[in-house]
Amino acid sequence: MNHLERLEAQSVYILREAYKLLGKLGMLWSIGKDSTVMLWLAKKAFYGHCPFPLIHVDTTFKIPQMIVYRDKLAWELGLELIVHTNRTALDQGMGPEKGRLACCKALKTDALNRVVKDHAFDGLIVGVRRDEEGSRSKERVFSERNAEDKWDYANQPPELWDQFKTDFPKGHHIRVHPLLQWNELDIWRYIERENIPVIDLYFSQGGRRYRSLGCAPCTGQIASSAATVREIITELEYTSVSERAGRAQDQEDAYAMQKLRKEGYM
Amino acid sequence: MACAQEMLQLVVAGHVDHGKSTVIGRLFCDTNSLPQGSIDRVRRIAGETGKGFEPAYLLDAFEEEQKQGITIDITKRQFHTAKRGYIIIDAPGHKEFLKNMISGATGAEAAFLVIDAGRGVEEQSRRHASMLALLGIRQMAVIVNKMDIVDYSQEVFQNIRMEMEAFLASRNIYAQAFIPVSALLGENIISPSDKLPWYDGGTLVEALDGLSGKNSPDNAPLRFPVQDVYKFDQRRIIAGRIESGRIAVGDTIHISPGGKHTTVLSLEAWPGPEKPWEAFAGECVGITVSDEFFNKRGEIISKADSPPQVTFAFRASIFWMHKTPLQTGKTYRLKLATQTVEAEIGAIFRVMDASTLTTHATGGALGQGREVRLNDVAEARIIVKEPVVLDAFAASEATGRFILQDGYDVAGGGIVIEREAGAGLFSCFARGDIYARCELFEEYYYSVEDQMVNRHRPQGTAYNIGDKIPLEGKSFAYPEFFDIVMFQDGAAVKIRAGEVAEILPLADYRYEGLPLLNDRGFALMVRSRAEWQRCLADFSAGPPDAELTAKWMNFTTYRSIPIAGNDWVI
Repeated sequence: MNHLERLEAQSVYILREAYKLLGKLGMLWSIGKDSTVMLWLAKKAFYGHCPFPLIHVDTTFKIPQMIVYRDKLAWELGLELIVHTNRTALDQGMGPEKGRLACCKALKTDALNRVVKDHAFDGLIVGVRRDEEGSRSKERVFSERNAEDKWDYANQPPELWDQFKTDFPKGHHIRVHPLLQWNELDIWRYIERENIPVIDLYFSQGGRRYRSLGCAPCTGQIASSAATVREIITELEYTSVSERAGRAQDQEDAYAMQKLRKEGYM
Repeated sequence: MACAQEMLQLVVAGHVDHGKSTVIGRLFCDTNSLPQGSIDRVRRIAGETGKGFEPAYLLDAFEEEQKQGITIDITKRQFHTAKRGYIIIDAPGHKEFLKNMISGATGAEAAFLVIDAGRGVEEQSRRHASMLALLGIRQMAVIVNKMDIVDYSQEVFQNIRMEMEAFLASRNIYAQAFIPVSALLGENIISPSDKLPWYDGGTLVEALDGLSGKNSPDNAPLRFPVQDVYKFDQRRIIAGRIESGRIAVGDTIHISPGGKHTTVLSLEAWPGPEKPWEAFAGECVGITVSDEFFNKRGEIISKADSPPQVTFAFRASIFWMHKTPLQTGKTYRLKLATQTVEAEIGAIFRVMDASTLTTHATGGALGQGREVRLNDVAEARIIVKEPVVLDAFAASEATGRFILQDGYDVAGGGIVIEREAGAGLFSCFARGDIYARCELFEEYYYSVEDQMVNRHRPQGTAYNIGDKIPLEGKSFAYPEFFDIVMFQDGAAVKIRAGEVAEILPLADYRYEGLPLLNDRGFALMVRSRAEWQRCLADFSAGPPDAELTAKWMNFTTYRSIPIAGNDWVI
């Protein structure tokens, strides 16, 4: 098996374990390339079916094309989609100008934790990858969150031979990370190999493109002429700029993501 | 960056502070394997904390790790040399975080063992080497780091090499190379160092490229543990990962336990339309078969000429990762491939400190000798409450390794040394893949001390065809000719002249007019074939309630409840 085949098999195995061994499952879906690959892998694992709902945490600050694309795709594929927005925080004036970390916490972390509680999810499938940033690099494939959604990152359980953490007290939930071992280039090579449609914000228009998608005020474009999947792969093979360099929340503090993720951020 | 098709998974192990993360960080820096952003970030942190540029920070991402200068948990990073790609697993060296090191090492095919030239071989150097040997990792190179602080001394290097070679030999592993380096200063990493004129071996990168991955087990016997059975549409798909061997459309397959056979009709695929006709080790597949048996997670599919073993007991090496010591007689949850069963430790034969290799005999019996504590390695007998399908680890890794769970916690891991004959906790009737548990020989008595009816379970025995069974106990007396039907395990046994004459699947059993007993020695009130069919239908519907049990069963036909003291049965 080559590298992509190994990654694909591992992700399919993880998704099937989660489906079999965890109770109520949902898959976080952010419209971006990683979520798109994850949905594709779920359909591979379950032979054309996606046996759990997709969840989108909508901050209302997302790049508008993302929302259009989300609704179109969900309708076309007949997906069960749960959209959740932290209205209370928005009504009280929450936004990036209140501080990026405070905004992320209220509109993403708190909103996500609310969805988990409201739907009583036992497992939440999330497309984070080790190579995105430091605290994600330290994750387990099945990562427990307690009743307050906290991650006890300094005391993670052993994870041996694909025997994952599937037994836990009621009220806790498991974050399942099927893409943990993929890197950015793997994702694009897989999109190319499988010919998976992705949102066109990734492709260069007027010399600029998005490399990572998020909320409009906090997500920058990069200078790029890559207008096809192949051109993106070629660009990434030679770049030395990190993928999340355009994501403002990461740059707030040296340990910003660790702090956010400890509280339940994806 | 090359588009590597093959990736070697490498774990970097060794004692705390010997520089594992620094070695990896240096490799990444010197081979331009890092995005500019992450090097800038580490420079910024170096500025904020007032320390110098530390390559380890590239991997030690947690605030606690950077502030304390230690690695707490593993990380895995992709990295490329000119030759091929790697997934490098950085493991912590603190004894306290051994469970994290093991988590990393179980995903690896090869290992670097890093040793500090100034401090020499220390406790975790040896312990990690022992654990790598136990986990079946045979490809290893020893990196003697921090050569700068011993003035690049050949003597220091040779002494460490001799000491470590002797230790590894005692664990039956051999290092491919011993490489002197200074990771902090970048000496002998990607190019030879002029500070090591006496050294004529390769650089660190050359040693890395010299390690080989595990052979793909395509040619080994088929092991396909059933992960799940899907019925999303008209197809009934048996899903799982091929751990070894290959499977093709038209193959006759053998399903353990039980030993049923069927034929592979198709290998399913999405998006299609074409479907593969053959699949190999490592692939996650879904098959359809010609006979619609009731398949379930945990069964292992193989070929009839090379099936796995089915057993109630086996001998294993266990490494313990929990603060509460391993206890005999306590119930743990054992997970092996896709099986989950309740398990007990029947006996602990010896306990070993994996660093000093000091062994403590424990006498084998319950509760004697030294207990198995956090980070110990023990050899023990494991008894499971339902038959488990397995192989010796040496024969088949994926079906020869397991974890033990204490409550919600993963508490230990282990590898199967060999299957043990015998029945474990329960007596049973065994023939090939059929294992039917029975409690026919349990003694019931009314306890004077407890003022209640107690039941004593004798030592488990496996009865095979031709074996004599005990017809008389203190509280039971069976005839010489009778049949036993076991609804739960789906088997029937014919006793003729006090011997086991036949053991067969319940579906193949025909009532012949002889006395009929259940697996506990209760008489079944069946006198004709028609009655037997009605009885079978009643009990096939699910666990029987009191009314149904009373309708068909009679306790006192062959059993009695004598009054006795609790010492009566012993």
